[in-house]
Amino acid sequence: MAVTTSIAGVELEIVERGAGPPLLFLHAGEGLGAERPWLDLLARTHRVIAPTHPGWGGSMLPDWIGSVDDLAYLYLDLADKLKLSDATLVGCSFGGWIAAEMMVRSSARFSRVVLAAPLGIKVSGRDERDIADMHAMSQAELLAHTWADPAKGTVDMATLSDAALRGVVGGREALCLFGWRPYMHNPRLKPWLHRIDKPALLIWGAADRILSPTYRKGWAEALPQARSVTIAGAGHYPHWEQPDAFARAVRGEG
Amino acid sequence: MRVWYFSEMAYHPAWDEGLKRGSLRVVYPNKVVDPHDAHKLLHRYLDEFAYCDEAGLDIMVNEHHSTATCMTVSVPMALAIIARETKTARLLSLGNPIANRPDPVRVAEEMAWLDVLSGGRLEMGLVKGAPYEIHPANSNPARLMRRYWEAHDLILKAMSTTDGPFSWEGEYYHYRAVNIWPRPLQQPTPPVWMTGLSIDSGIAAAERGHVIATLLSGSVAKPMFDAYRKRAAELGRTAGPDRFAYAACIGVGATREEGLKRAHLIADYVRTAPVVYEPFTNPPGYNSVNANVAMLKAGPAGRSFVKDRKGNAVDHRTASVEQFMETDTVFAGTPDDVYQQIKDFNDRIGGFGHLLFFGQGGHLSHADTMDNIRLFAKEVMPRLKDLNAGSAKRTAAE
Repeated sequence: MAVTTSIAGVELEIVERGAGPPLLFLHAGEGLGAERPWLDLLARTHRVIAPTHPGWGGSMLPDWIGSVDDLAYLYLDLADKLKLSDATLVGCSFGGWIAAEMMVRSSARFSRVVLAAPLGIKVSGRDERDIADMHAMSQAELLAHTWADPAKGTVDMATLSDAALRGVVGGREALCLFGWRPYMHNPRLKPWLHRIDKPALLIWGAADRILSPTYRKGWAEALPQARSVTIAGAGHYPHWEQPDAFARAVRGEG
Repeated sequence: MRVWYFSEMAYHPAWDEGLKRGSLRVVYPNKVVDPHDAHKLLHRYLDEFAYCDEAGLDIMVNEHHSTATCMTVSVPMALAIIARETKTARLLSLGNPIANRPDPVRVAEEMAWLDVLSGGRLEMGLVKGAPYEIHPANSNPARLMRRYWEAHDLILKAMSTTDGPFSWEGEYYHYRAVNIWPRPLQQPTPPVWMTGLSIDSGIAAAERGHVIATLLSGSVAKPMFDAYRKRAAELGRTAGPDRFAYAACIGVGATREEGLKRAHLIADYVRTAPVVYEPFTNPPGYNSVNANVAMLKAGPAGRSFVKDRKGNAVDHRTASVEQFMETDTVFAGTPDDVYQQIKDFNDRIGGFGHLLFFGQGGHLSHADTMDNIRLFAKEVMPRLKDLNAGSAKRTAAE
């Protein structure tokens, strides 16, 4: 069950599960998916803290929040408020971008960072795309780019409640707010990734067609201390498509 | 009632191929354009606009980008030419898609310059723009209307401030010295127009006293105009018909068949305009949360439909001219027919003062376009001039 916590005046929905060393989980643009298996799998070994980003689900998006910088400071505030110590920071896709922005600002409360198919950096030249334009694809194309098995990613919106649909619609708009231009990256992030002074793990989906191979290599080069794990049978959302393999990788068993 | 002729200066030679590909916009490569054909068409369309001045019609220009349906890429550029070629027509920019413009002060400068050039004939539309304009402009669809209103306020301040420069440090726009030269001839600003589809747009326009225009759907116009009138009344103002504009495809002929045939060709505009690749039809944030929730519940079948007067859904992409007449998208027939249809529509929606006359939709020939304009101006327009002023008296006499 989610509780609502006020951080810097922002009412955030936060799910907390399990016991053990703390793990802050930052969700992808698709939403938290607290009813799906990955949080429970992580909660077997960790105290999982999973906020819903402002604008998604039931978390408010105040007018003054408008950039990934804001989200980074918001979650650093959350880590302070919870007095996290030696926590694992996990971010998937858009959440990975936020996690990296946090770590270049302050890694004090974290012992390691796990970035699963993170958005957020620019690697190739100005006329090459690192991150596919997810907003220029039909629903079918998007699923084919995002999933190893597109059938797994299909969500029947007609079955959702109005409140759930409002959360979905709000999240879609918020993702655009934070990532429309420059598209899903911050040109100023990559030069600062050297500030991430803690162990890092990069998780990739073998069938991810959103992120180019050059882009993934760019992350590995920018984080020389990082270990990389590629999960078979997963696209852009390894946590969703292969939750067991994802949880094992986060625990360092991958 | 004032009548404003407009056409989108279509590049219709590319329509068939675009329809086959399923998108006439954004992702339709421009190698299909023969620039020599485009050259001839642009001159032809500008001649048609110029003729409206002789015929006694006012003129409206709009713009779109990256599309075979509309070659007008810049309202101010087209109006600059038309302003020099015309003497009396009022010139409506409908308009500048200001939330997609990086530089609102440039918009204010261009509009003021046009007003001066035309001797104060400019009417200035500040519009949100269609959803498929978001990608070509790469403008953020999230918080689009917040950006729109900031640009709107800045443009009006730039045009009406005479003791500048002033500074602007807003959420989206930053200027240290705004002081446009020349200032507009119509003070404090030329008349301001908006476009809209929703009750919220009607209310927003009412609060500012702007003209509100809507296109091609009677079932959309009525609730929006009603909301405007209600909000204006709450604010202690009377919203006369001159606050309301409605765009329809109009085909006039010597016979009913000829009028319908012309309207059928003009209505190809309505059939082609919505043909755009799915992801560009509704970028997240462009529509309200409530509207998007309703769309998700309706599924893909809910798109591209309007309602006719009996409440039946009509698909714009495939509708016949007769179906379009049922949705008030088309007025067509002899001059008597067209007058009667406009009068009936005017009565149904409570009176509107501006008819936006879609008189060229692609395949209608130059000769037919000119004759359509001529017949409308000569046979229909004189009867519309005092439609709202005298409608009660005429109804009583009938």
